[in-house]
Amino acid sequence: MNNQEKYNQAFMENFSIEASKLNAELEYNTIPEWDSVGHMSLIASLEEAFEIMLETDDVIDFSSYNKGKEILKKYKIEM
Amino acid sequence: MNYYDDIDKYKDKLAIITSSGKKITYQKLIQKADEIGKFLENRDLVFAICQNSFESVAGYIGALRAKAVICLIHNTIDQDLLITLVNQYQPNFIFRPNSSKPLKIDGDVTFSDSAYSLVKTQFNKHHKIDSNLALLLTTSGSTGSQKFVRQSYENINSNAESIAQYLEISPKDRPIATMPMSYTFMLSIINSHFLCGASIIMTDSTLMEKKFWTQIKKYKATTFGGVPYIYEMLKKLRFERMDLPDLRVLTQAGGKLNKEIIAEFNQICRSKNMKFIVMYGQTEATARMSYLPWEFAEKKLGSMGIAIPGGQFWLEDLNNQKIEQNNVSGELVYKGKNVTLGYAQCIADLSKGDENKGILHTGDMAKRDDDGFFYITGRMKRFLKMYGKRVNLDEVEQLLKTKGYNCACAGTDDNLVIYFTGNVDKTKVLKYISTKIGINLAGFKMKFIDNIPRNDSGKVLYSELN
Repeated sequence: MNNQEKYNQAFMENFSIEASKLNAELEYNTIPEWDSVGHMSLIASLEEAFEIMLETDDVIDFSSYNKGKEILKKYKIEM
Repeated sequence: MNYYDDIDKYKDKLAIITSSGKKITYQKLIQKADEIGKFLENRDLVFAICQNSFESVAGYIGALRAKAVICLIHNTIDQDLLITLVNQYQPNFIFRPNSSKPLKIDGDVTFSDSAYSLVKTQFNKHHKIDSNLALLLTTSGSTGSQKFVRQSYENINSNAESIAQYLEISPKDRPIATMPMSYTFMLSIINSHFLCGASIIMTDSTLMEKKFWTQIKKYKATTFGGVPYIYEMLKKLRFERMDLPDLRVLTQAGGKLNKEIIAEFNQICRSKNMKFIVMYGQTEATARMSYLPWEFAEKKLGSMGIAIPGGQFWLEDLNNQKIEQNNVSGELVYKGKNVTLGYAQCIADLSKGDENKGILHTGDMAKRDDDGFFYITGRMKRFLKMYGKRVNLDEVEQLLKTKGYNCACAGTDDNLVIYFTGNVDKTKVLKYISTKIGINLAGFKMKFIDNIPRNDSGKVLYSELN
């Protein structure tokens, strides 16, 4: 699986959503599954998949599907 | 005299700081509260759809002052369930945010500002309501149940006074909201702080949002309350590294927090000169029943503490006999003025008086040590605490069974396991149940088994599931 696939899988599995929903409109709190609890499990999945540990500021900045990609660049995860 | 009847005395002191930074004085709060309250008659029933906003709090205070009975409902409630509830209880008014979806229920707007509207329904019902009844709250979780806890004026006021006393709340305190106000723990924070003339930062932002941390710093929050899951989030966010010089008190309730996490927070708080206070309560006791005085945080690690001022605990065995020895487990029983009147399951129940007479059988098992500190050891009923909300496992099973799924539910707090037989669409089931009871998908697991273990009489053997 490449990075993009791993990234998408974390969203689809944690929020139980289809690939078609993975776009710029997907933001924190726009779907019931992405609340604070869902956020915690999403971050945990991403950390596991990419073997990284996100800084606090990055955890709370991770406010959308697109923003997340930007943040992961800092951890040398390119998609 | 109840606290909300004379909080105008705090005049131009700040009562609320909104998430957009608006500063609301007590005078302004009471003005808005009474502006809404003047449309309400004594013993009217009001359903309030709550957000953590100034208007929402004003509606609550306004109803209390007008002696109308208010039922607080979180604005994320399932719409079908809300309509069922409204039809069942036939409230005279619905107080709702303008941003929420209009209900398919007829009514005329009698009051409206930029944020909220008070809608007079057409039920035109003169409810027979007990004179002591002040407030209806759900028992935290909502599995589609129409059950409310009936809280009296005395319940609310006496619990607020006890809490203010043991937490030594001062007018300088400034808690930040971390939970919805319709949740009893959050409501107790509001009541106890208003009683003392303190200010509350009302926000709907969660700990996982940057906005929350901006607000906590900018508005100089001093106090913070959370359910176990909030402390897990704080851990994840490496709370120990945060610089929050105004924060002084952290309180925890809404379920039993893991001992290791308590120890960790004890240590962090000690190094930051903060107090970490573990507490215990139930909606059935208005909110709070016990607290662990922070001086004992380390010595009595894992304890739920002692009864709040004015309250009393004892333990009972299976025959409802008082257990006199220490270190023996039994049902925890509480006595105090904050023990609520009872439940309401239908409109007729609103006329009922005090059924508990100040004594609550908590359904929790506990033991008492030689120094009089209590420790929760288990639960008598089949429910879990999911992110602070109480979820009845039998009700979850019922919900799934009515959808045709053969299943049994078990698990631990924040981890509900659904055991299935046969072929089911896992995603569909999880989505259904998580939407229905309003608990994030992350809290559920599904396991497939060949048979649900039962005894000879057909009762499910939950102990054999794991």
